[in-house]
Amino acid sequence: MIRFILSRLARAALTIFFVMTFSFIVLRLSGDPALIIMSPDAPPEAIIAFRQAWGLDDPIWLQYFHYFGAVLQGELGRSMRDGRSALVIVSERIPATLLLMVPALIVKIGIGIPAGVYAALHRNSRIDRLVMSFAVFGFTVPSFVLALVLVLVFSVWLGLLPTSGADSWRHAILPVLTLGIGGAAVLARFTRSAMLEILGQPYIRTASAKGLTWSAVVRVHALPNAAIPTITVLGFMVGSLLAGAVVVESVFAWPGVGRLLVVSVSNRDLSVVQVILLLVASTMVCANFAVDLAYGLFDPRIRQAPRGASR
Amino acid sequence: MTDFKQASPALLAVDRVRKRYFARAGFLSEPKPVDAVVDVSFTVARGETLGIVGESGCGKSTTGRLALGLEAPDGGSVRFDGEHLPKQGSPAWRAMRRRIQLVFQDPLAALDRRLPIAVQIRESLDIHAMGDPKARDERVMSLLTAVGLTKDHAARYPHELSGGQRQRVVIARALATGPDLLVCDEPVAALDVSIQAQVVNLLMDLQAELGLAMIFISHDLKVVRQVSHRVAVMYLGTLVEEADADVIFKDPRHPYTQALVSSSPTPRQKMKSRLLLTGEPPDPAARPSGCPFHPRCPKVMAMCQTVTPTMREITPHHYLACHLNEPASLESMAS
Amino acid sequence: MTTLFEIETLSIAFSKRTVVHDISLTLERGEALGVVGESGCGKSVTFLASLGLLPDKAKATGRVRLAGEDILNAPAAALERIRGRHIAMIFQDPSSALNPVLRIGSQLSEALSLHRGLSGQAARHEARRLLDDVGIPDAANRLNAYPHELSGGQNQRVMIAMALAGEPDMLIADEPTTALDATVQAQILELIDKIRRDRGMAVVLVSHDLGAIASVCERVAVMYAGRIVEMNTTDAIFDDHRHPYTRGLLSALPELAGPKRRLVPIRGSVPEPWNLPQGCAFQARCDSASARCHQALPELVPVGDIGQCVACHHPLLGATMDDRYVA
Repeated sequence: MIRFILSRLARAALTIFFVMTFSFIVLRLSGDPALIIMSPDAPPEAIIAFRQAWGLDDPIWLQYFHYFGAVLQGELGRSMRDGRSALVIVSERIPATLLLMVPALIVKIGIGIPAGVYAALHRNSRIDRLVMSFAVFGFTVPSFVLALVLVLVFSVWLGLLPTSGADSWRHAILPVLTLGIGGAAVLARFTRSAMLEILGQPYIRTASAKGLTWSAVVRVHALPNAAIPTITVLGFMVGSLLAGAVVVESVFAWPGVGRLLVVSVSNRDLSVVQVILLLVASTMVCANFAVDLAYGLFDPRIRQAPRGASR
Repeated sequence: MTDFKQASPALLAVDRVRKRYFARAGFLSEPKPVDAVVDVSFTVARGETLGIVGESGCGKSTTGRLALGLEAPDGGSVRFDGEHLPKQGSPAWRAMRRRIQLVFQDPLAALDRRLPIAVQIRESLDIHAMGDPKARDERVMSLLTAVGLTKDHAARYPHELSGGQRQRVVIARALATGPDLLVCDEPVAALDVSIQAQVVNLLMDLQAELGLAMIFISHDLKVVRQVSHRVAVMYLGTLVEEADADVIFKDPRHPYTQALVSSSPTPRQKMKSRLLLTGEPPDPAARPSGCPFHPRCPKVMAMCQTVTPTMREITPHHYLACHLNEPASLESMAS
Repeated sequence: MTTLFEIETLSIAFSKRTVVHDISLTLERGEALGVVGESGCGKSVTFLASLGLLPDKAKATGRVRLAGEDILNAPAAALERIRGRHIAMIFQDPSSALNPVLRIGSQLSEALSLHRGLSGQAARHEARRLLDDVGIPDAANRLNAYPHELSGGQNQRVMIAMALAGEPDMLIADEPTTALDATVQAQILELIDKIRRDRGMAVVLVSHDLGAIASVCERVAVMYAGRIVEMNTTDAIFDDHRHPYTRGLLSALPELAGPKRRLVPIRGSVPEPWNLPQGCAFQARCDSASARCHQALPELVPVGDIGQCVACHHPLLGATMDDRYVA
């Protein structure tokens, strides 16, 4: 057990390290923060001073070295725009993002899984076809298109809901819906195919042959087995809780982490971007780890390798 | 039947081979060593068929792979036509693939579903650059005929053929390079009775015509008896008995062979008169001490737990690894 | 009346393709009937249809009766009442026929709770007793095991134990030993034989292995392309068979004892059950075929007085194992 945890931790650390390094290099190679943050008309001395203050003149490997040295000491950098701690800036935005993402996750699970299960149980019926069309729609339509359509319908035409901003709970409805519908579609399709595969397994027939009612067969034998592959998708959705809303937050001007990321990247506000990426990578890694543990919980076969050696 | 022992030296000589794998008992525990094959020796002469029988975990498939040279033994040697098998992956090893071929149990899995069968049969010829393209095509056609298929089948895909036809394609492909030795691992297990008979006859005819040697691995004793000249019985990675096919099934001397023979139902033998073995085929990861069969042996004695029996020749050409040497009781050998 | 189970002119079609044509057979209480045939002959489908276990696109017509009551195409509630409680069924490849995420004990208790109203400790106790009955060592601990922790043979014993939980009148075993090792096959067949005798339970053994059937069953029905072509006692199938297909099967089987003979396969191949020629389905492969065989479908006619019958225009007379085809 210890070995397992340690090896996973090591892998997690390596993943995060790669993410940070990669983003570090790309950000610094793709534009000059000094020119972007201070406008191009600023006097050259100001720009030079800015650069010096932020160490932008140093060769990239030196900047990298300084940065990681600081990170290991817990110092995650400061925003180049207002000098505040990057970590604090990002942390301030987390609640806003969660306020969207958690209800959206509930919507995804609440609609997606039952829809998928129902579609699988009534294969080739009208409901099944409806669910499948919904699913295709859900992941082909880009989220910003869906967002704008919803805004058009509910804000502009019907005047029921505000278009953007985050002042009241009513502002949250459209973004949550946008996120929720897309995710529900993915989950519905996935759950359906997992269920179909399980329903074709021999032990389902054994359960029926025992004399169980069909609902008991589905409840006791099919669903627990179908849960196993569904965990993977759910894990991914949980892992992207913090950063999955980049587009939606931007469209709805919702002051969350996603929007902050977009703004910071265009400003080349390096430290803030790095902190956000660190956060995202860590969340994903934790979610994956939780999925692995969940597998062990749900699927007893995983806990034990097959009997005997290969022959 | 010619006496193969007097013919030229053995085509395949397997001498005291061992093979060990490492397997994890659980998700988070240390890998444990599993001895899949322990101290196995046998020979196969030209044009002869050696049948290898045994149940799950006995190591017969591993033995087949060692004979083929697909894996290297951890100990002992495998000599083909007098020479040690070359190192895997080396050019010599690849060249040797022409001479030893494999026929599996599941023909659908053994064939590529994207390629027409004629192309798949031709592939071995292409790989070993045998003859010019025209000669290769002719050979493919003659192989198809030899296995009882026609030109019409050549352009078909595996899923368009029946199970029996697919197995014939696998055999044709195996024969393409003119091998001296064919290793068949459960080749007819998935086939219906009548198709099984066709494939068995085909293999026997090809052997007579081409002087092929064969190793026929199966759990079905009746088919093995039909096809083999000699039969070796494996249990938990070791050979327990080896003799001519007729002798071993008529007068088995090892208690395990006796149980195997008895468990194969014959038409007029009722349930009660059969000698049934208790317990399960054992886990190779947990080898008993002494004779590997002693926990299940109806004739077990004290020494069986501590002293491992070695193979000895009890009558000419009949080898046995047991401290006893008793025939099966009369009732269980009915008919 | 001792006839427990009766199938009468049962036909089954999948999406308009008929795979089983007009099957009729009876099963008495405590009797062991074998159904032998090659793959695709419809032997499994026949019994799955009786219990309503086929998918919706299968249409079954005819009648199936259990102790006089019609059960074919019965409503779900009626079928659920019968399954497990009166007719139990076990399947091929037991390791995948058990739910991999539930412990053996739970799966057994489920059956006990359903059919005998047992729960909690009482159910566990009875589950353990059932495992002992079917010969699983260390039953108390095995209750907590998962199917993948047991071997194929042990899983089949568990399946049998589950089938016995409802104390059924009849057990249908669909290729129960096909995926198992030779010595384990013998053990399982012996177990089925033993519980049949101990409980007076009727058994239907469906298999392609005539030897397996012969060791347990008193009567055998031979199926070909969706029809029964011969039905007789087990001994008679070997030593007094009537249908050329039976003879063909016996000629193609290798043997362990006796002089070695070249196997004689049946020439040609099995026609698809939905694409049968007019007349007898076996005509193209039969040495005794005549013009009549091409025109008229042979009816299953009784031969003798205990339900033996054969469907052939030119049945063999008193054909024994010595009369098998020679290459």
